[in-house]
Amino acid sequence: MNRKAKFLGGGLVIVCALAYLVYAGVTQSVVYFVTPSELGAAPVAGKAYRLGGMVQPGTLVWDPKSLDLRFTLSDGQATVPVRHRGTPPDLFAESRGAVVEGTWSRDGYFQASTIMAKHSEEYKAPHDASQAGYKELLKTLRGSEPKP
Amino acid sequence: MTPELGYALTVGALVLALYGAGAAALSAVKGRPDLQASSERAAIGVWLLITACMLLLVYAFLSFDFSIRYVANNTNRGTPFYYRITALWGALEGSIILWAWMLSLYTLIMVGRYRRTQPQLYPWALAVMLGISSFFLLVMTVPAPPFERLSPIPADGRGLNPLLEDSGMITHPVALYLGFTGFTVPFAFAMAALIIGRTGDEWITITRRWTIIAWYFLSLGLLIGGWWSYHVLGWGGYWAWDPVENAAFMPWLTATAFLHSVMIQERRRMLKLWNLTLIILTFSLTLFGTFLTRSGIIGSVHAFTQGSIGIFFLVFLAVIMLGAFSLLAWRLERLRGQSELDSIFSRESAFLLNNLFLIAAAFTVFFGTVFPLLSEAVKGQKVSVGAPFFNLVNIPIFLALIFLMGVGPLIAWRRASAENMRRNFLLPVVIGVVGAALCRALGVGNLLVLLCMGLVVFVAATIALDFWRAARARRRTGDGWLDATWGLALRQNRRYGGFIVHLGILVIALGVAGSQAWSTQTEATINRGASMELAGYRIRFDDLQPVEESNHFKVVGTFTVSDRRGPYTVLTPAKKFYPQEQTPIAAVDYRLGFMEDLYLVLGDFARDGSHATVKVQINRMVSWLWIGGLILTLGAALAILPEPRRTAARPRPDHAVVA
Repeated sequence: MNRKAKFLGGGLVIVCALAYLVYAGVTQSVVYFVTPSELGAAPVAGKAYRLGGMVQPGTLVWDPKSLDLRFTLSDGQATVPVRHRGTPPDLFAESRGAVVEGTWSRDGYFQASTIMAKHSEEYKAPHDASQAGYKELLKTLRGSEPKP
Repeated sequence: MTPELGYALTVGALVLALYGAGAAALSAVKGRPDLQASSERAAIGVWLLITACMLLLVYAFLSFDFSIRYVANNTNRGTPFYYRITALWGALEGSIILWAWMLSLYTLIMVGRYRRTQPQLYPWALAVMLGISSFFLLVMTVPAPPFERLSPIPADGRGLNPLLEDSGMITHPVALYLGFTGFTVPFAFAMAALIIGRTGDEWITITRRWTIIAWYFLSLGLLIGGWWSYHVLGWGGYWAWDPVENAAFMPWLTATAFLHSVMIQERRRMLKLWNLTLIILTFSLTLFGTFLTRSGIIGSVHAFTQGSIGIFFLVFLAVIMLGAFSLLAWRLERLRGQSELDSIFSRESAFLLNNLFLIAAAFTVFFGTVFPLLSEAVKGQKVSVGAPFFNLVNIPIFLALIFLMGVGPLIAWRRASAENMRRNFLLPVVIGVVGAALCRALGVGNLLVLLCMGLVVFVAATIALDFWRAARARRRTGDGWLDATWGLALRQNRRYGGFIVHLGILVIALGVAGSQAWSTQTEATINRGASMELAGYRIRFDDLQPVEESNHFKVVGTFTVSDRRGPYTVLTPAKKFYPQEQTPIAAVDYRLGFMEDLYLVLGDFARDGSHATVKVQINRMVSWLWIGGLILTLGAALAILPEPRRTAARPRPDHAVVA
C-alpha cells in the first residue's frame, strides 16, 4: 500500500508539473484576435495581438532599400497604423484584407512581426485581367535584358 | 459516361463492404464457414471495385476528362504527366479514395494472413475492417463524391495547386495514409479480442507488429512532410506546429507510447487495459486528424476547404469511441493486471514514465490545437497559441523522454540493484557529462542545447555499451566482429531495431536543437551587380530572367555566392506565376550541407530587374533531421522483420543480455 501511495504521489507531482507547464505556456504565448476598433478601444503595449482589417487605400508605403513597410488597417470604424520590416507577402495590397501579428508600441503604432495576406483558398479560374497583368510583367522583364 | 460508371463502382463497393461486414460478424456468431468465405469474397470484391475507381479516375486525369468536377478542379492541360497522376490524391475527394483503397488493401492482407492462423479473432477483425471501409465508401458516395459531374464541361481545368507540384507529393501522402490507415488493423484486432473476450496474448503480438508497420509509414510520412515544408514552402522551417501537422503527430505519439507499454504486457502481463486504451486512442486520433483536416474548422496551410464532410467524421468518431470504450468497460474484469510494480527503479516504471510523458506530449499538442475553439466556445474570445506554446511546453517533455530513452532499455526488470545501475549507467553518465563539457568548451552557450547534447551523448553511450557487451559475448563463440554485429541485429531484431530507431531520434534531436539555436537569417534589397554578406557568405545579385513553363511562367533571380575560400555556388530562387492563382509562389533555392544549409528566397523585385529583395537563411544542422530520419526508418524496418525462430540453422547459446 505504501508503495502504491509512493507511485501515485510521484505521478501526481509529475502531472501537476506538466499542468503548470501548459498553464504557463498558454499565458505566455496566447495571441488575441482583435479588430482595429477593439484594439483602438483598449490597446495594451507589449501584449501579443493578431489584428485583421483592410489595408486603407493611399496609406501603403514600401521602401525596398530599407525594407520599411507602413500602412493603415481599417475595419470601417477605426484605423490602426502598422509598421513592419521586410517584404510584404505576395497578395498584400491596398484595399485588400490582411492579418498582422505583433504588438502595440507605446509610440502609437502596431509593430507587426508577421503579415498574412488574406486570400480565398478556392482556386480562381483564370480571368483576363490577371492574364493581361502577367503578360505585361513578362514583357517588361523581357525588355530588360542586361544592358552592356 | 465516366462519372456514372465511377459512381456505380463506388456504390457497389459500399454495398459489398456493408454486406461483407455483416456476413463476417454473423459467421463469427453462428460459426458458419460458408458465410465467412462469402465475406472474404466480399473483401476481395471491395478491393477490386475501389481499385477500378482509382484507375478510372487516373484515366480521367490522363485524358483531361473535365466532365468530372474533381478532374477539372485539380488539373489543366498544362499539368505535367506525373502530377496528373498524383493529382489523384491532391484534394479532398481523391484523398478519401486513396484512404479507402489502402484500407481495402490492408483488409486483403489480413484475409491472406490470418484466415487460418486466427480462426477466432479473424472473423470479427474482418467485420470491423469492412465496417470502417463502409464508412469511407459512404463518404465517397454522399458528401465527397469524386466522380461528381460538372456541367457545362469547361474547355480547360483550373489546374493543380502549385504547391503540390513537387516530388514530395508522390511519396508524402502515400506514406502518411499508409500509416493512418495501418492503425485500423491493430484497432480491428483489439476490438475482436474484446468482443470474444479473449484478452490473452495472441492479439497483442498481431497488434504490436501491425502498429510498428503503421508507425513506420507514419514516421516516414511525417519526415517527408517536413522535407516538403522545408524545400517548397519557402519559410525555411520543417515543422510549424500547424494544426494539420499536429493531427498527424498526435497518433504518432500515442502509437509510440503503445509500442513501449506493450513490452511490459508481453513481459509482465500488466497494463492490458492501458494498452487497449492506447490502441483505441491512436485510431481515434487518426480519424480526428482527418476531421480536423477536412472539416475546415481550423485554418491551416494544408486544410482542404469543404465543410459538410466534417459532420460525417465527427459522428463516426463519436460512434467509434463510444463503441470501443463500451466494449472496454464490458470486459473490464478480464483486463486486470496479473502483477504489480515492485520498485521505482525498474524497467516497468521507466516505461510507465515514458508513457506518461508521451501521452502528456500528445495531450499538450491536442490542447494547443483545439485551444482556439475552446476559448471561443467558453469565453467568446478569439485567441490562439502558436509555435511558442508548443515549443515551451514540449521541450522539457522531450528532454525527459530522451533521458528515459537511455534508462529504459538497460535498467533491470522488477527491481534494479545498485550493482545493476552502476554497471549500466555509471560510464554513460560520465561520458554524457564529459560530452556536454566538451561542447561547452567548444563554445556552445545555450543551456538547453547543452542539456540536449549531454543527454544525447549519454543515451548514445548506453546503446553503444549494450551493443558492445552483447557483441563481445557473441564473439566469444567464435564470430568475427562483423559477424557478431550482424548476427545480433538479425537475431534480436526487435531490440536492436529499437536501438537504431533511438539513435535516429538522437540525431533528429541534435538537428532540432542546432537549427533552433543557431540558424540565422536576414533580408535585404540588392542592386544588380552588388553584394550582401551574412555569416561568411557573400551573395551577389547578377540577374533577373523570365522563363516560360508549360503551365506557368516564372521570374528567376541569379545569385552568385562565395564564401571565405572563394566561389561557392550559384543559386537561382524564383517566383512562379500561375494563371489560376491569385498569388505568385516562391520557389526557393538552396545548397544543403552537413552543418549548414544556405537557403535563398526571392522576395520583391523591380520589374526592370535593377534590384531585388532576397531573404537569406543560414539553417544550421537541418540535414541532421533527414539523416536521423533515414536511420530511424532503417531501424523500424529492422524491427518489422519477422523474428528468427529459436531453432535457427546454427543454434548458439544466447549471449548475456543485461536485462
